[in-house]
This record gives sequence, C-alpha cells and structure tokens, in this order.
Amino acid sequence: MPPVFGVLFDGFAYGMLLFLMSVGLSVTLGMMNFVNLAHCSFAMLGGYVAITLMNAFGWPFLATLPVAFIAAAAASVVLERIFFRRFYNASDLDQCLLTIGIVFVSIATAAYIYGTDQQPMQLPPYLRGSIVFMGLDLSVYRLFLIGTALLITIALVAMVETTRFGAQVRAAVNNQRMARGLGINVDGLFAATFALGSGLAGLGGALAIAMLGLDPQFALTYLIYVLIVVSVGGLGSISGSFAAAMLLGFSDMAGKYYVPSIGAFLIYLVMIVLLMWRPAGLFGRR
Amino acid sequence: MTSEAIAVRPVQYLQAQMRWRWSEAAFWLATLLPFVLAPNYLVLASQIAITALFVLSLDLILGFAGIVSLGHAAYFGVGAYTAGLLSKYGWGEPLTGLAAAAIAAGLFGYLTSFIVARFRHLALIMITLGIGLVLQEAANSAGWLTGGFDGLQGIHTWPILGRFRLDIYGYTAYGYSLAGLFVIFLIARRIIHSPFGLALRGIRENGLRMPAIGAPVHAHIRTIYTIAAIIAGIAGALLAETTETVSLEALGFQRSADVLVMLILGGTGRLYGGLIGAAVYMVARDQFSGINPQYWYFWIGLLLIAVVMLLPNGILGGLTLLARRMKVVS
Amino acid sequence: MQKFFIGVAGLALALLGAGAIHAEDTVKIGVIISYSGQFADTGAQMDNGIKLYMKQHGDTVAGKKIVLIRKDNGGIAPDVAKRLAQEAIVRDGADILAGFELTPNALAVGDVSAEAKKFMVVMNAATSIITTKSPYIARTSATTPQLNYTLGTWAAKSGLKKIYTMVSDYGPGIDAETWFQTGFKEAGGEIVGSVRFPVANPDFSAFIQAAKDKSPDAIYIWIPGGAQPAAVGKALAERGVDIAKTKVLGQDALAFETALQGMGDAGIGIITVSNYDYNHQSAMNRDFVKAYNDEYHRNPDIFSIGGYDGMHLIYAALEKTGGKTDPDALIAAAKGMSWESPRGPILIDPETRDIVQTVYIRRVEKVGDGLRNVEFDSVPNVKDPAKARMKN
Repeated sequence: MPPVFGVLFDGFAYGMLLFLMSVGLSVTLGMMNFVNLAHCSFAMLGGYVAITLMNAFGWPFLATLPVAFIAAAAASVVLERIFFRRFYNASDLDQCLLTIGIVFVSIATAAYIYGTDQQPMQLPPYLRGSIVFMGLDLSVYRLFLIGTALLITIALVAMVETTRFGAQVRAAVNNQRMARGLGINVDGLFAATFALGSGLAGLGGALAIAMLGLDPQFALTYLIYVLIVVSVGGLGSISGSFAAAMLLGFSDMAGKYYVPSIGAFLIYLVMIVLLMWRPAGLFGRR
Repeated sequence: MTSEAIAVRPVQYLQAQMRWRWSEAAFWLATLLPFVLAPNYLVLASQIAITALFVLSLDLILGFAGIVSLGHAAYFGVGAYTAGLLSKYGWGEPLTGLAAAAIAAGLFGYLTSFIVARFRHLALIMITLGIGLVLQEAANSAGWLTGGFDGLQGIHTWPILGRFRLDIYGYTAYGYSLAGLFVIFLIARRIIHSPFGLALRGIRENGLRMPAIGAPVHAHIRTIYTIAAIIAGIAGALLAETTETVSLEALGFQRSADVLVMLILGGTGRLYGGLIGAAVYMVARDQFSGINPQYWYFWIGLLLIAVVMLLPNGILGGLTLLARRMKVVS
Repeated sequence: MQKFFIGVAGLALALLGAGAIHAEDTVKIGVIISYSGQFADTGAQMDNGIKLYMKQHGDTVAGKKIVLIRKDNGGIAPDVAKRLAQEAIVRDGADILAGFELTPNALAVGDVSAEAKKFMVVMNAATSIITTKSPYIARTSATTPQLNYTLGTWAAKSGLKKIYTMVSDYGPGIDAETWFQTGFKEAGGEIVGSVRFPVANPDFSAFIQAAKDKSPDAIYIWIPGGAQPAAVGKALAERGVDIAKTKVLGQDALAFETALQGMGDAGIGIITVSNYDYNHQSAMNRDFVKAYNDEYHRNPDIFSIGGYDGMHLIYAALEKTGGKTDPDALIAAAKGMSWESPRGPILIDPETRDIVQTVYIRRVEKVGDGLRNVEFDSVPNVKDPAKARMKN
C-alpha cells in the first residue's frame, strides 16, 4: 500500500484523540449554552492524575485510565456546584471570564505541583512499537487509541439513542424550555452530562500524554483545536464532533504530507471555509 | 426619564448623553497623575494607554455591535508592522506612521468585514480566530518582510512633532500614547452617541429586527468593524513607535485573548469599561509577576473569578450597580 | 464612584513607586527571564543555574553585595522585555542586565543596553546578531550557527553523502537549516530535500514519511524543546525508520532528558550536537551535576549552564574591575575572559564578545537503566561562523 495510508492512519488516530477531548464540550455547549473554556483543564487534570499514578505509585497504564475519567468527572461536579451553576443565565462573556480564570488557576497549580517541564512517561511494553500490516507500519499505541475511542463512541451513541437518559439529553439539547415543561430535570441532567463530558476529556488527556506530551500549558494549547472541532462539528452533536475531528485529523496530515509549506495554514483555512459554508457546523442545528 | 419622554425627544436624549460628566473629567485628569506621582512607571503607563486604546477598539464592535472577535489583534499587528516597516525603510516620522498604519489596518478591516458581517455566534468567533491565526502564520512565513520570529529590527522613531525624543524614563512615550488615546476616545464617544451608535446597539440587541425599522445591518456592521480596525491599527503603530520593536506576537492569539479578557473584566459597552479593564489587568499582572514571577497566573485567575462573581458586567458594570443602589438608599 | 476608584489606584501606584533606594555597596542585576508561560521551564532551569552559582560562591564580590531583581518576561514579548529592562534600570537601579532565553527579547533589550550603557549578559538566546546590538553585550551560551555549521561539516567528513533536512518553521529553525546545509555542502555533501514544518506541530508522521521516501543517508531534524522531541522519536519508530541505516542528526533539544524518557528505545542512535550535556565526563561536571541535583532534584541542561557560566562571567568581571559597575570597564574585563566551566573550556571572544567553546558530537546510548547522550567526538575552540563571515 502506498505510504500515504500510513500517514492517514496516524491522522485518524489524532482525530480520534481530538474527538474524545471535544465531545464533552460540544454536548454541554449545545445543551446549556454554557461556554466552558476550562474544558481542557479537565483533560489536563486527567493527564496529571494518570502520570502521578504511574510514576509515583507504579500503577500500570491501563489501570490509570478509568481513574483519570473519574477524577476529571468528580472535579467537574465540584466546580459545577460551586461556580458554574450560578452562571447558567449569565452572559456568554461572563462565562468566558469565569472559565478563563479557572484555566489560569489550573495552569499555575499544575506548574506549582508538577513543575513546568514535560512529564516523562513510558508506555507498557505491549503498547510500544509498531506492527506491519499490508506493507504499512502501524503504531500499536495508535491502534489501541483508535480501538478505545471507537468503543467509547459506540457506547455514547448507544446511550444517547437507546436509553431514557439519552432521550432526555436529546430533548434538552433540542429545546430546553420544552424539556423543562415536560418535567425533565434539566439542571440535574446538565450536571450529569457535564460530568460525563469532563470525564471523557480527562480520559482523552490521559491517552494524549503518549502522543502529545503533558505540561501545564496543555489546558490552553489544545483549547483551540477543541474549539475548532466543536464549532465545525456543530454544537450538541456527537456525530458532528466525530466527523469534524476526523476531517481535521485527515486534512491536517494529508496537507502536511503533500503540501508542507501550507501545513500550518491548512487546518485554519479548512475551518474557515467549512464554517462559512455551514455556520452552525456540519451537523448543528439553528 | 420616562420612556415616552425619551421616544419623543431623541435628539435631546443624544445631546444629554454627550454632555461631559464631572466623573469623566476627573478620570482624564487622573490619567495625568502618573507624570507626577509615579514617574518610575511611565513606560508601563504608556503601554497601558496603548492597550486601553486597543481595548476601546474591541469595545466598539463587541460592546456596542455585539460582534465577538477572537482575532482582533490582526489589525493591531497590521498597524504595528506598517509603522515599523515604514520606519525601518527610512521614514520614522511618528504621526504619518500612525496615518499609514490606520490606512493599512482600515483596508484590511474593510475587506474582512464582508466576511465578518455575515455571521454570528460561535461561527463568528471561530472565523475571526481563524483569520487571526492564518495571518500569524503568514507573517511568520514572510520572514523576509516581517523579520519573522526575531522581530522587526532597525526601527527608529523620529522625535514627535520634531521636538519630543523618546527617553528611557518614558515621559515622551506616555505623553504621546495618552494624547493618542484621548483624541481617539473623543472620536469614539462622538460616534457612539449618535444615531449610528444607537443603531449599533439595536443590532446588538436584536439584529433580526433592525431591518424592519430601515437600518442597514450589514453596512453598519462593516462600518463599525472598519473603524475598530483603524483604531486597533493606530494602537499597534503606537506600540511599534514607542517601543521601537515589533514581533509576531503583536498579531498573535495571545494578544487577541488578552484584550478580550480585559474588556470583559472592565465591562463592555461603556467605553470607560475597556480603559479601566486594561489598567486593572495590566497593573495587576505587573504587580503579581513582580511579587511571584512563576505563579502570578494563579492570582490573576483568582482576580478574574472574583470580579465575575462579585461584579456582574465587569468592574464598571458592578460599580455602576453599587452606585445606583447607594443612590437609592441615600 | 469612578473618581474614587481612580484616585485610589493613583495613590497605590505612587506608594509603590516610592520604593527604589540605591545603596552604594550593592550591585543590582536585572534578571529578565520567562518565569511563566510556554517557556517557563527553560526559565526555571536558567534561574537554578544562577542560584547555584551564587550559593556556591557567595553573594559578595569585591566587597559588593549582589542583588538579583527578577522580572518575568512571560514568553516572546519584546515590548515587555524592553519595558522590564527600562524599569529595572530606572526604577530598581540595576547596573547589569542578564538572562534572555529568547532572541526577540534579547534583541529588544540590546537597544536598552546600548542606549543606557549597561553591561548585558545573554545566557541562552542563540541568534548570531544579538551581540552586535550593543557594545556591552557578552554571551555565555552558544549560537545556532556555531553548533549546526559544525555538525554539518562533521556529517560530511564522517561519510554521509545525502541528507534530508527538516526544521521548525521559525527563526532559530531556519537559522539552523541554513548553517547546517552550508556546513554540509561546503564539505562536499548533497541535500536531497528539505521541509519546514509548522511551529505548533504535534504530529510528525507525515514529514518523517516524506523524508523516508527520499532514501537519504541521514535525516537532520531541528525542533525546539517541549513535547515535540519525544513525538519525533516515536514518529521515527512508527514510520519504520531504522536509525542504524538512516542516521538521525539534530541539535540538543532532540535529545533532551525528557525527550529521551518519552521516546524510549526508539531514540537509541540519534546523533546530536551541543555545547553541554549533564553526562559530560569531567570531574568538574560531575560535582556540578551532583550539587545541582542536591538543590533542585533534577539534572542541569544547556539553560542551567548558560545561567551558571553567565554568573561566573559577571563575578569574574566585577573582580577584575574591583567592584566598579562602569559598563566600559566591565565589558573590557569580560573580553578575553577564559575559564574552565563544567561544560569544558570556554572563552569570551575579545572581538565579538561572543562565546568560543568546544562543540560536542554525541550519540544516544543505553547507559545503565536509562538513555544518555554519550560524547564521542568534539571540535574545540569553535567561534561563531556567522560573525566571522560578516567581517569579510
């Protein structure tokens, strides 16, 4: 197979990672219109929790993943109770300011506790290296990443389409007022969805360490990419986030392989063109 | 004033808004205090004045027309590089440098306003972000023109009005920046308290309804966006001229994000909110980073959280609310 | 209400401003480094180097007490750097300026050094022209051409004929590409292809694949520190680049400690050029590394040594001038100063005031339980080639 497919495979894995980190923000933004710029702080938290468990306590990598999820979800519940719920009716700009303040505090705290350098991490031996498949070199870790992300995507879609909780979530995203009118506890629903989304971000952060590294600036560096995925995909849409993340991962990689001179531009140009064509996102409403 | 009274006499309403209040006069007199009370801080003060001008330009589009932009530094950067390049290639006269920067930034703003005027909400935010990021990459690639990562070298600003040389203490820098801020503030104030300004506020509140009363929404948005770009360009040129440096971060995402934070902090849609936000944020950052260079982020974050929780609609918004309550009580 | 607020602010500013007292028996050094933001780690390491030197040699030189005035630059911000330098001089009474990990900041402060006539020591920023900005600047780190031209020449001499280069698309990367290619081509090599990738690039597989397609003898990679080196190492392994057959060359950041920890065994065999590594086998360095670890619980790197040697230069210059902070005396004392540093012998070139030092070629090898940069070749007394050519 031509080597470009190896590159595209890597792009697919990158896209899946972005999807995991972004899907939570897409759903909460679509449901409650709450601008949570601190979303990547939860991803960073998940990453640091995983690193601490691995390096300080010697836990195996796979065992740290569910803990990263739970830690990020728990942190989001705490923040939601203390801060966020007072701002559901505040202006977008006030929400921005609040969550940016939280991002700054999280970055400084991470720098204080862990220092400012990259966190070193060794993958377990069975996740290292690459396998040869149809003449292509495929990284084992990226295969693992793709597999995990696909499983989570299937679980999410199943939950949203088949469970009562999922039906309530869909109703609240579609028309919040009507959902309240039907007696759905939208506030509680939001808290639960928020926790789930932040937990997924935390999981994404833990999975990202081996691919993207981890330092206190993580919360800001990847915020832009997450925002791109969310806006291009459409608010409140899981499939939208998936499609957008895939598109961005592929176009980024293909662009860098074929036309490296515009590699930096390409992802932003793609975003601008897509948003001009479909301002509400690929699968967005309104 | 009852709503009927306002509706019947719009001209008088606008004239009442245009009158100078004693608090405004006091504010501008206070900006002269650093010359006397804090002469060691004049360089910081000049950069605060320049940033305040930049925040003012963002307030015009965000606070009054409801356009949220995450890429406003693009115009600041275009202005800065224009003035810088002009100086590098031999023409360092500051005032004409400002004019050139205004034209360049205004032109770029006018062209991009066609795109910006058509979108709202998240799409608008992300498009402005994208434009800013693309421009930053382009400036990096065009290193032969912009100096790239190292920054533009060889800028030398001639004495202002032929008499005032830039000094290390910052007297000239602050005087020049403050004068620029004041003059443009007067212009902005005039624009806002005019029928055009009222139309902008209408667009912000309910853009769909405005055409029903005959307001050309897209044209108005393009106009105010171009004006804001011109002002941002002038601010950028002021920075280039007073510091004699320009680098890529002049049009970077960090700068766009900072200016948005400062505006929200101070309070949008009040003209003075932006100025106060800029002053508070930059003084706080300077002081916190002096006390704690490694973790000042933490204290700034706490400041932002505290302000947003205690003072809704920014510092000025919260203070106005407090003043109103005190008036009611007394 | 507004007036009250403004009045309080003005009063607060005034009170803060009343601070600076310049005592006769102190020497104040304005240290302008990025303590926060993207480059905070390099700043922390440089600061550690400075602190360690002062701990080991005391804070008094020639009867004067050394006082550090730390200012956070916060990353790439030349306007802020300039302001901090001006404030350090005007407000805090600094006699000497030091620090600077980033070129744009160093260049901006160079103007201040020239105008206000202050001795300035650059402890990391690596672009050649920095020392030409002011007659009072000396550098104790390295320059990009010094390292990469040497590597290019060495690469050709060691038998490599065809090389593909890839660098980060910004100033230092482009600088490195230019000088590596110059050195390599002048010594008879052929560049079969080159690419510049975006600065904020998390994934290198596309670029590595494109390099592999050209079948070069070696791939030259220049990236800054941070998350990218480990990502490059992994991309090399994932795309099936066999380092034994296709050599990988780079500058120090590619084989930083955290990078090697991140890429694991995929990094074995990578050849890099640098002026310092904590694995350098000399008695002085072993003591330095031990002392550094005792204080800061991590190994020193090029930023630490830049800070450490920078302080040595300041102390030695002050010794020579008897504690006088007259800038002409200090720079005259600094010119030609040579000493043995933990990295090896170094000299401040009397003509260019830039650093002359031994450049080391190292290979990543497994030593004990981890990976280390093992020096296997070196070129002594390397001057900055860029400035040498500027004269002609």
